[in-house]
Amino acid sequence: MEKTIAGKIVNVNEEGYLTDFNQWNEEVGSTIAAEASITLSPRHWEVLKYLQNEHKSQQALSIRRVGKSGVVDIKEFYQLFPVAPLKTATKIAGIPKPASCI
Amino acid sequence: MSENKNGEIKKMMIILSKGTLENVYAAFVLANGARMEGIEAELFFTFFGLEALHKKKLEHLHVATVGNPAMHMPTMLGGLPGMEALATHMMKKEMEKIDMPDILEFLEILSASGVKLWACKLAMDMFHYKKEDLYEGVDDVITVGDFYKQSAGEGVHMLFV
Repeated sequence: MEKTIAGKIVNVNEEGYLTDFNQWNEEVGSTIAAEASITLSPRHWEVLKYLQNEHKSQQALSIRRVGKSGVVDIKEFYQLFPVAPLKTATKIAGIPKPASCI
Repeated sequence: MSENKNGEIKKMMIILSKGTLENVYAAFVLANGARMEGIEAELFFTFFGLEALHKKKLEHLHVATVGNPAMHMPTMLGGLPGMEALATHMMKKEMEKIDMPDILEFLEILSASGVKLWACKLAMDMFHYKKEDLYEGVDDVITVGDFYKQSAGEGVHMLFV
């Protein structure tokens, strides 16, 4: 379905995840973050860029993998994105929701 | 008064009473999975579940090969010396393949994710364990009454493993 985010028409799935990463830009990310009551700091952006790179190299994301990334540990990941960090962060990053149980 | 109209789960209170690998993992995956969804989670370790918190024992947990029909192994065979160790070794190998952390790493993940880890006082007394024997991320040794107090609130669910 189509949705207007930050004045841009983008395609999202029923959970609000962008279905085409090419439609993503930083304003779109910031707006999705604001919907989740998150104001993005430089630290958030470092994590988001890491997630996007992982997605680009087709790595399956999990909390464990993020924690071992050297970019952010699990505790800080939860501090940056307090509610459902992996789900929220991937949504802001414009990449699919990881289908991971760990 | 009720703001939780959709019956949303707000917090999972998980009681782990068993020390077999498959049960410990079940409880840990459920607790971690709750946090991943933005749901609070607390774990209460009681009776043999305490083994998963005991520093010297947590790395030596086994899968049950006897009395476990899903192992598809004759009970007498499962009781042979070394059988549990063998089955455990095989299961651990499979778990590593699916990116499943070992028990200690899993405790660290749970702790970092904000899962409260409670040890049952009665079981601690029964096994003569001291708090120093336990993984250092344990929040406290508490009574069942304390655990019920922790469980107050709307949208709180309790699970016994």
